[in-house]
Amino acid sequence: MRFSTFSRHIREGTKSIIRNGWMSFASISSIAVSLFILGVFMLLTLNVNRFADQVESQAQIRVFLELDTPEEKIAGIERQIKLIPEVKSVVFVSKHDALERLRETLGENADVLDGYEAENNPLPDGFDVDVFEPRQISIAAEKIKALNDTDPDRSIMRVRYGEETVKQLFRITNGIRNIGLVIVLGLAVTAMFLISTSIRMTIYARRREIAIMKLVGATNGFIRWPFFVEGALTGLIGSLITAAGLLAGYAQVIRSTRLDLGLMMFDLVPLEEAFWPVGGTIVGLGTLIGIFGSILSVRKYLRV
Amino acid sequence: MIEFHGVWKTYPDGTVALQSVNVLIERNEFVFIVGPSGAGKSTFMKLIYREEVPTKGQISVNGFNLGKLKPRKIPYLRRNIGVIFQDFRLLPKLTAYENVAFAMEVVEAPRRLIKKRTMEALELVGLKNKANSLPSQLSGGEQQRVAIARAIVNNPAVIVADEPTGNLDPETSWEIMKLLEEINYRGTTIVMATHNSAIVNAMRKRVIAIDKGVIVRDEPRGEYGYEI
Repeated sequence: MRFSTFSRHIREGTKSIIRNGWMSFASISSIAVSLFILGVFMLLTLNVNRFADQVESQAQIRVFLELDTPEEKIAGIERQIKLIPEVKSVVFVSKHDALERLRETLGENADVLDGYEAENNPLPDGFDVDVFEPRQISIAAEKIKALNDTDPDRSIMRVRYGEETVKQLFRITNGIRNIGLVIVLGLAVTAMFLISTSIRMTIYARRREIAIMKLVGATNGFIRWPFFVEGALTGLIGSLITAAGLLAGYAQVIRSTRLDLGLMMFDLVPLEEAFWPVGGTIVGLGTLIGIFGSILSVRKYLRV
Repeated sequence: MIEFHGVWKTYPDGTVALQSVNVLIERNEFVFIVGPSGAGKSTFMKLIYREEVPTKGQISVNGFNLGKLKPRKIPYLRRNIGVIFQDFRLLPKLTAYENVAFAMEVVEAPRRLIKKRTMEALELVGLKNKANSLPSQLSGGEQQRVAIARAIVNNPAVIVADEPTGNLDPETSWEIMKLLEEINYRGTTIVMATHNSAIVNAMRKRVIAIDKGVIVRDEPRGEYGYEI
């Protein structure tokens, strides 16, 4: 293609957006609106995921040892647990720590523990074990339990990780993620449909123009190009408006809710982290939708 | 130049538009196609620029064998044919200049040449001073002259005109005919379908009469009429 032809296509595509003012406005707004809804859901999903991650990562394995397990033995078990690949960190919790912890948890009712001191502490020594991947928590727990098999004293009394609670939690977070994904996909398809419909209308309005182009000997490629440019620009403009509005709004939400949510031990996905996944997806998707919408629609009028 | 050999055209709804048509039109001829409405004149014209394909038979136009022409080659056939219609078919949002230049942009001519030839074509049709007017600001005759400028700007071998004076008053029609005759003198073959008997009878060109899809008369310096 000649450069002058190429620049003509760009020029014509741009001009035609201006010439078909209202139609372009309709296409751009329908792109903007559908992508905006999509973007809101993407931000929601991002935050739900983050929340789910935070909740999941708090899941911890607690290992309780038999009373009177000697110190060397304790150190040995700690080393063995550390060797398990899924395990991220192991913190020794002495019976003394455990008692203090229990007192803290009980708060005002801590007086029920009065009388239990270092000498008659009924609690066992133990470990808090964190894993890399919350989902592998049960595997890690099984492996820790299995350490007993090679230990004649069977020093590990109990391994707990809130089996049922964790399973339920994963069910819920999985559900939320899947629902979010389905909604986002559904909206993307709806947006594409809406947009290609409005682009099809602008092209339908210009079927005469296309017919004349064909009569004077324009190749299909030549006819398609300006529409391609126009579709891409329409999508780009619509999605840029959406992305800018959405991210600016989100920045505002982060600012105004920081305190409230902070009290709930939860923070929103920061703007820098949301910028590319949400902004990039919206702009990319909008442009692609614009291009596909226009190409699909123009094809119908190119058949001889 | 244009050759129809045993051409039949039946539309999907069963209408038989042309039956066993044989025609040879030589380079630089000026031919009127006459006949009543629905006789098959428009089908005949459309077959030339391959808007329609024959059901049976062979058509060749300026060296293109239309039967074997692949769809993606159609644009290249049409660059040899200038088309003019009763309803002008200008792009309403483009100026006269842009409408004419458009036909050259489509064939990817260099910009300087586009400018030069577009102005020449507008000058030939006498509309140089209205180059920047929109079709809506022009009279019917002026619009048709823009359409003619668009049809000739690429120096086509043939001009196919389907009732070009159908929407114009007699005086304007004559201006258009003088223009077409001038273009014909410069070496372009012209095939024109018309109902205008005054024009046909005065100009004394070859007349092909079609009735009910059959060529009923073909005379070198003929008159209007399609009775056998």
